[in-house]
Amino acid sequence: MSPSILLVLIIALSVLAFQLGKTRAIAVVGGQRRIRDLHSLPGHYGLLTAIWCGLPALLVFLAWVLLQDAVITRLVIAQLPAASQALPEAQLGLLLNDLRNVVAGNVSPEMVAPETRIAAAQYVQLRDIAELALAAIVVSIGIVGMLWVRAKIRPDLRARNSYERVIEVLLFACSAVAVFTTLGIVLSIVFEAFRFFSIVPVTEFVFGTNWSPQMAIRADQVGSSGAFGAVPLFAGTLLISFIAMIVAVPIGLFSAIYLAEYAPIKVRKYVKPLLEVLAGVPTVVYGFFAVTTVGPALRVAGEAMGLPVAGESALAAGLVMGIMIIPFVSSLSDDMITAVPQSLRDGAYALGATRSETIRQVVLRAALPGIVGGVLLAISRAIGETMIVVMAAGLSANLTANPLEAVTTVTVQIVTLLVGDQEFDSPKTLAAFALGLVLFLVTLLLNVIALYVVRKYREQYE
Amino acid sequence: MNSTNDLPVKSADETQALVRKSLARRYRAEKRFRAYGAAAVLAGIGFVIFLFGTIFSQGASVFRQSYVQLTVTYDPEVIDPSGARNPDELVTADYQSIIRAALRERFPQVEGRPNLRELYGVVSSAASLELQQRVVADPSIIGSRETLWVLADDTVDMLLKDKVSRSAPEDERRLSDQQIGWIDALAADDSLKLRFNAAFLSNGDSRDPEQAGVRGALIGSALTLLITLLLSFPIGVGAAIYLEEFAPRNRMTDIIEVNINNLAAVPSIVFGLLGLAMFIALFGLPRSAPLVGGLVLSLLTLPTIIIASRAALKAVPPSIREAALGMGASRLQMVMHHVMPLAIPGMLTGAIIGMARALGESAPLLMIGMVAFIVDVPSGFVDPATALPVQVFLWSDLPERGFVERTSGAIIVLLLFLIVMNATAVILRNKFEKRW
Repeated sequence: MSPSILLVLIIALSVLAFQLGKTRAIAVVGGQRRIRDLHSLPGHYGLLTAIWCGLPALLVFLAWVLLQDAVITRLVIAQLPAASQALPEAQLGLLLNDLRNVVAGNVSPEMVAPETRIAAAQYVQLRDIAELALAAIVVSIGIVGMLWVRAKIRPDLRARNSYERVIEVLLFACSAVAVFTTLGIVLSIVFEAFRFFSIVPVTEFVFGTNWSPQMAIRADQVGSSGAFGAVPLFAGTLLISFIAMIVAVPIGLFSAIYLAEYAPIKVRKYVKPLLEVLAGVPTVVYGFFAVTTVGPALRVAGEAMGLPVAGESALAAGLVMGIMIIPFVSSLSDDMITAVPQSLRDGAYALGATRSETIRQVVLRAALPGIVGGVLLAISRAIGETMIVVMAAGLSANLTANPLEAVTTVTVQIVTLLVGDQEFDSPKTLAAFALGLVLFLVTLLLNVIALYVVRKYREQYE
Repeated sequence: MNSTNDLPVKSADETQALVRKSLARRYRAEKRFRAYGAAAVLAGIGFVIFLFGTIFSQGASVFRQSYVQLTVTYDPEVIDPSGARNPDELVTADYQSIIRAALRERFPQVEGRPNLRELYGVVSSAASLELQQRVVADPSIIGSRETLWVLADDTVDMLLKDKVSRSAPEDERRLSDQQIGWIDALAADDSLKLRFNAAFLSNGDSRDPEQAGVRGALIGSALTLLITLLLSFPIGVGAAIYLEEFAPRNRMTDIIEVNINNLAAVPSIVFGLLGLAMFIALFGLPRSAPLVGGLVLSLLTLPTIIIASRAALKAVPPSIREAALGMGASRLQMVMHHVMPLAIPGMLTGAIIGMARALGESAPLLMIGMVAFIVDVPSGFVDPATALPVQVFLWSDLPERGFVERTSGAIIVLLLFLIVMNATAVILRNKFEKRW
């Protein structure tokens, strides 16, 4: 039985349980007219029955579906001939890949080795058994839950309270998902990153200036040992982010000042959303724009001035990223500027200051911590931005401060290391997780500082 | 006060003179400052217009495509020599040669292998597929003659749309002078022209620009977003309700709140790493599947939806809660019967904005393998699939001139969806927004 049909079945069973609980509740007090003898509304008895029928079944179902493939694969490997089991991990991976392809029907069974064919047949057989077993287990759990609650229904059963208690726990579980996500991120990245650091020392990763993450297929190959010094990546990331901030901070800040302090309300009403359109454009569009329009234009301009501009220059990626970040800077600064109390402005005007003097010497100074927080958030956004740099920045790890040359970034390397097939024991794949860890920690730090600064500042005027 | 006493004392007249002298300079500074602001705003608007202008001018032409009109003969000798109308034979027949015969018939003066090869290059390889489909659908047309429009090659298409220069030296062009002559001859008697390009919306991916379409990517995105919506909306709303209405003020709640705020700012690619290490490596879920994409994107949009839903709940005045509790409702009844109906529009707005963000997201999908060249349109949640923004990324990497147009076209489709979603969110907000 396919999982989706089973899911529908669970839902149908719960609906049935609701009806059953409701009618039972009415029956125990002796008919529709005497339901005021019940502690709760008949519907509450129905809901309680439905929850105890559907919820445990659903949980078992989800856990089973998540673990089924891993368990069956283990079992199939255990059944393989000893020769295949003794294979190194990489070749075993290939075998499993074949197996999966046969099972999925992508490859006809005649095209793979005989033991794989047998294993695939076993896999299918085990899967069928597992699916039948799951169906049987889930349905019986549902029925048992349903009957158990039904048997407990008495006029004095506090059905509403129990039902609400369960819902409250469910709501709490929903909000705990966020915590589990963070935990999942930290665990998965840290785990793989530590495996990487057990192969490549941390000091080499953090201080090394040579990045060429290819691993040899044969041990005697030229350049067989990869180099994992990430300094060029950090430098490239910082260079591109710096260029982006040079574009975004002045334009964002000045447009926020203009819209908050000078522009008539009508202009503000239409221009502000227009600028925020820039934040809604998918980053892949910016990447395409950088590759097809900005990059070539810079090349032509560079040639006209006699400067050699690389095809994938840091400047092109940085400029376009800056455009993307303008709305972040402008809307955050706008919030901060409008939060400055009018009395401060009135005081400055009363002393004879012009508008620009008031803005520069009073409003901006008062809003500065908030604006700095906003800029920090924007920097974290720039560092973590992926698609623009994947499309518009280079792949080779140059350690340079020249914006006309090609540099690479942390995110670009994560993508190049992980796109395509990968094995989880090569330092090449694990390096991506080490880079991911750095990225996560740096952006987290920037966010924590930024949120702290912004909150402190908000409190000041509230 | 002491410090002012140290300054040389000036009379009022002197001060006024000083101020007046500096006024012109100060007003100039004022004007300059204001001009900077206006320039920044104009630059921002300029970027928006330039970005959209470039994309639309490059991509709008994708919705029209060059077709060649040919008169083909469904030669029974070629299609079905045995005469048995065996469906298997009909599928594998050499339709290419029928197209070639039709081209030779149209240009009888062309002779010699190299020249003929150039002539055949004018028509797309999709043309023979079209014939095959027609014959399989209705075998009775074998033996008849038919005049029909078939796809032209992408190089012809680019020429017709003036995307490549005719004046470049011949060896820098992908079309020879001879081919351009034929193209002009075809165009002159209206048997080569731009027609509406339905294939772009109904085809999957292809290596040939003229055949490539966004349908596969659109369906992939739709499947992914469906999973995302089904997971992140209920969980997000549930979390918001708990934090806003039930959560006690304690350490646990603080941790959850700080967590959600930080999660909202984690780079999207990190979620991709999570998806790869957790869902694919640990749980053994299939790569490239919309199911995994949806799982990753729902974790990604969860903070957005939680924050928006909390704002919607906060906007409901406390008096409504107090009235409900005063009438004897339980907390859950108060939330479900009185607060939620008022907060739902705001939550939906948040959900749509979250979905729009998920639709434009591509970096985490690269990590979980939704970046493969997939011709078939996916038909389920575990089929290999790609998504619209990833399709943009894939096409942008291809060297053919025709794919630049396709990429922009796919971006236009993507932006249209985003505009529709955001407009819905704005309308929803304006319609249901209440001032208490």
